[in-house]
Amino acid sequence: MKLSDQFEQRFHAMINHYPTKRSVLVPSLLYAQDELGYLTDELIAEMAQRLDLTDLEIRNVISYYSMLTTQPRGKFNVQVCTNIACMLRGGEEILDHCKRKLGIGHKGTTRDGLFSLEEVECIGACSWAPAAQVNYDFHENLTPERMNEVLQDYRRKVHQQENC
Amino acid sequence: MADVNITLDGKKLTAPAGTLLIEACKNAGIEVPSFCYYPGFSLQGACRMCLVKIEKVPKLQTACTTVIGEGMIVTTDSPEIHQARKSMVELLLGNHPLDCPVCDAGGECELQDMTFAYGAAESKYIDIKNHREEQQWSPVVYFDRPRCILCYRCVRVCGEGMDVWALGIQNRGVASVIAPNKEDHLECEECGMCIDICPVGALTSGAYRYKTRPWEMKHIDTTCTHCGDGCRTTLGVRRADTGIEIVRGDNRDKSGINGDFLCIKGRYAFDFVDNEQRIKQPLIRKDGRLTPSSWEEAFELIGRRFAEICGREGGRAIGVIGSSKTSNEENYLLQKFARVVLGTNNIDHHRTGDFPAFARALAGKLDATASMRDVFKAPAMLVIGNDPTNQHPLLAWQIRNNVRLHRSRLYVINSQPIKLRRQATAFAHIPAGSEAKLVALLAGDDSVLDVLVSENTPREALLSLRDRLRGEQNLVIIFGAELRGEEMARLVKVGSAVSGAKFVCLGDYANSRGAADMGLYPDLLPGYLPVTQGKTFREEWGGLPDAPGLTIPQMVDAAKAGQLKALYVVGANPVARFNIDPFAFAKSFVVMQDMFLTETALIADVVLPGANAYEKSGTFTNTCGDLQLLRKAGEVTGTKPDFEIIVRIAERMGFDVRKLVPFGGGMWADMGQSRGAQSGEADRHSVWLEAHGLETKLSPFDPMAILDEIQRLVPGYHVSRRTLLSGTDQHTRIGGPGILHNPELIVPANDDLFTSGTLGRYSRALNSVLENQRRKPVETEVAAD
Repeated sequence: MKLSDQFEQRFHAMINHYPTKRSVLVPSLLYAQDELGYLTDELIAEMAQRLDLTDLEIRNVISYYSMLTTQPRGKFNVQVCTNIACMLRGGEEILDHCKRKLGIGHKGTTRDGLFSLEEVECIGACSWAPAAQVNYDFHENLTPERMNEVLQDYRRKVHQQENC
Repeated sequence: MADVNITLDGKKLTAPAGTLLIEACKNAGIEVPSFCYYPGFSLQGACRMCLVKIEKVPKLQTACTTVIGEGMIVTTDSPEIHQARKSMVELLLGNHPLDCPVCDAGGECELQDMTFAYGAAESKYIDIKNHREEQQWSPVVYFDRPRCILCYRCVRVCGEGMDVWALGIQNRGVASVIAPNKEDHLECEECGMCIDICPVGALTSGAYRYKTRPWEMKHIDTTCTHCGDGCRTTLGVRRADTGIEIVRGDNRDKSGINGDFLCIKGRYAFDFVDNEQRIKQPLIRKDGRLTPSSWEEAFELIGRRFAEICGREGGRAIGVIGSSKTSNEENYLLQKFARVVLGTNNIDHHRTGDFPAFARALAGKLDATASMRDVFKAPAMLVIGNDPTNQHPLLAWQIRNNVRLHRSRLYVINSQPIKLRRQATAFAHIPAGSEAKLVALLAGDDSVLDVLVSENTPREALLSLRDRLRGEQNLVIIFGAELRGEEMARLVKVGSAVSGAKFVCLGDYANSRGAADMGLYPDLLPGYLPVTQGKTFREEWGGLPDAPGLTIPQMVDAAKAGQLKALYVVGANPVARFNIDPFAFAKSFVVMQDMFLTETALIADVVLPGANAYEKSGTFTNTCGDLQLLRKAGEVTGTKPDFEIIVRIAERMGFDVRKLVPFGGGMWADMGQSRGAQSGEADRHSVWLEAHGLETKLSPFDPMAILDEIQRLVPGYHVSRRTLLSGTDQHTRIGGPGILHNPELIVPANDDLFTSGTLGRYSRALNSVLENQRRKPVETEVAAD
């Protein structure tokens, strides 16, 4: 299958870094997921062929890591931490707030395809709990109001892109 | 490797450096429990049952992943360790249903044993157990998810052992689950290794599940009757209305040449034995129809007709066709019956490998054949032709695992991209039918390069392959029926230039090699002696016909010409196999003994219900020449072993059966002097007698009496009877001068993993897999790791 030049560049740079080919699997899947939005059957077959693995082995790895998905997700994946530090400082309220605000539950996606919501385990931002991660961006010391702004910022970003 | 000093439970020991702690414990007689550790596969460290205390290490360590070190002081059992293991069992039982009373594994379950050993019957967990419905993954593989303890044994045996990679693990943590390669079903070789290796009842077999409990069966290890590899299969039997029923086939006794391995045929395809179409009564053709009759009537008729024809026209007028699935003793007896009782050399069988040419090529060479065990140990292997993965599953297992575990070098030369190429150091893809040319190339004839070179295999690859082969030592050379006659001789000559080279000539059926060794040829006596020679046999038997007899096609011609008045077919189906015109034998008296009414029954005047290899004792010789015991497991009332049938026919012809079967010898051979110190110990005494071939053979139906004669007269079969009887395979030497035959008489069986000639047609397990495959579109093979 055809993947972007950037992906190919990264893939070929990585492939020689490790003693076994399969070591590049996880980073490759992450790069591919960033491009495609999710890991398609076609991509799984492609990676299996490139790395001499079976489709099953690729799926095993994907199912192990929660940040890899074979289902389409919204443009912005809102991951709210409810592990202990965040929980003590209101993480669950943030999650509930997001559910109400976006009208979706855990692992749901808004109808406009803009947001997905996920309750996640520790994202390593305990010092600034409660925290959430949207794609690769961290948002810390959240309150429901602050969360509203965060979501609004992403909406605005999309509108701006659409308008220009 | 240098030895390392360790202390295990206060015992000072030494073990080679690099030994795993769990293995060192096992060797010292200390059992360390484990679920996930399995010798010969990669380390997993998943079950944490093998925790032991190593001094100066703060936490308990897993013995299965720890390599012993100098001065290591280890405690394998203490209250702390006991408690740790007990907690592990408690965790494993967190979701494991306690349905042991209905579970197939109940009674032979490792988790059950551990629970018993560590007394982990009480649990702190009060949550409801996670239940999932059982799933059928293939006609023979069922999965009960809640029973699974995630030891990964099945995943590893399927991937590493079988190179199939059909099982994996999905998700993680508490949600982990074993998953098949095609979402809800398996696409694999259906070998059932995952079921055998499962320590609990998570993977169960469609052939056995819910049929019986392990303790209700008696287990008998015997030799598989399907392909030519000769795996040991353990048959679980129990009493039934019809005799003794075979309920299960598995590989619980791992001491056979197959070690851990068994394919679908050895494991499930015993079920032809109780196929409802099995003949259980002699049939005699009356007014054109096969009519049930008594054994007495049938023997009387056959004895009379055979004697009449012999008396009137001589043995020339009778043809005999033997089988590649009957025992060595039966084959030997059959050719002796033909030559001595009927007085004819008209005896043949369905040939699948050119063993007479092999014997000829190896004449005068010692230790030139490799045993199945040798293949697993050889530093280098060359495979020309055949597709072992499909036709010789055990051989493929030996080759694959020799590469994996011993880093052996494998060279594959084939006209097809066979699966074994994935383990190959070098694979030469040559045009179909050019195997002989390849041998010429190996011999140094570069002029054939043009024929061999293709897009896949350039000139340099072939030349470098030749160079590499020339540089090898102790090479095992394995070849299929593609190489016959002179071409095979040439390969043997070229191969013998490699120091320590050994050969394997592949034949297809369970006793193809045995049938050849026992002289089921019109021109060869047992041990590949031309009929014109064979002084020992002449002396022993009191003369035999000098002129070579008729091959199967010649028998058909003779029958058409009205010269062949009778045909005796034992366990073969020549009509279907050689596409014989059934009317050719219209005027001949045809006697056939088999389990089923095959195409050959169309031409039969008398059909006798024979027994199969699982219902008789005797020996088989596998394609490598390994001699192994057959032990009687099942029994179907109404049938008789072919051995007994042959003897009874001879008796009815008025022949003195003592001249056919040398029975009764043990009676006078042991006059008590052999007892000596063993006096009074009946069991040990009989073992001693057996071991020295002196066991009493009280009836002419005892195959061991013929085995005595075989061991005495057939070159290469003089192996240790004592070791053979202990259940260990014995490598025979291919002997005799051999002969060159018309290569067209060799017709490879071309069975694959799911077919097995006539036996396969009557096996429910094999048919269900074939049906299942037909329903699905053809998929290409999976990629290797």
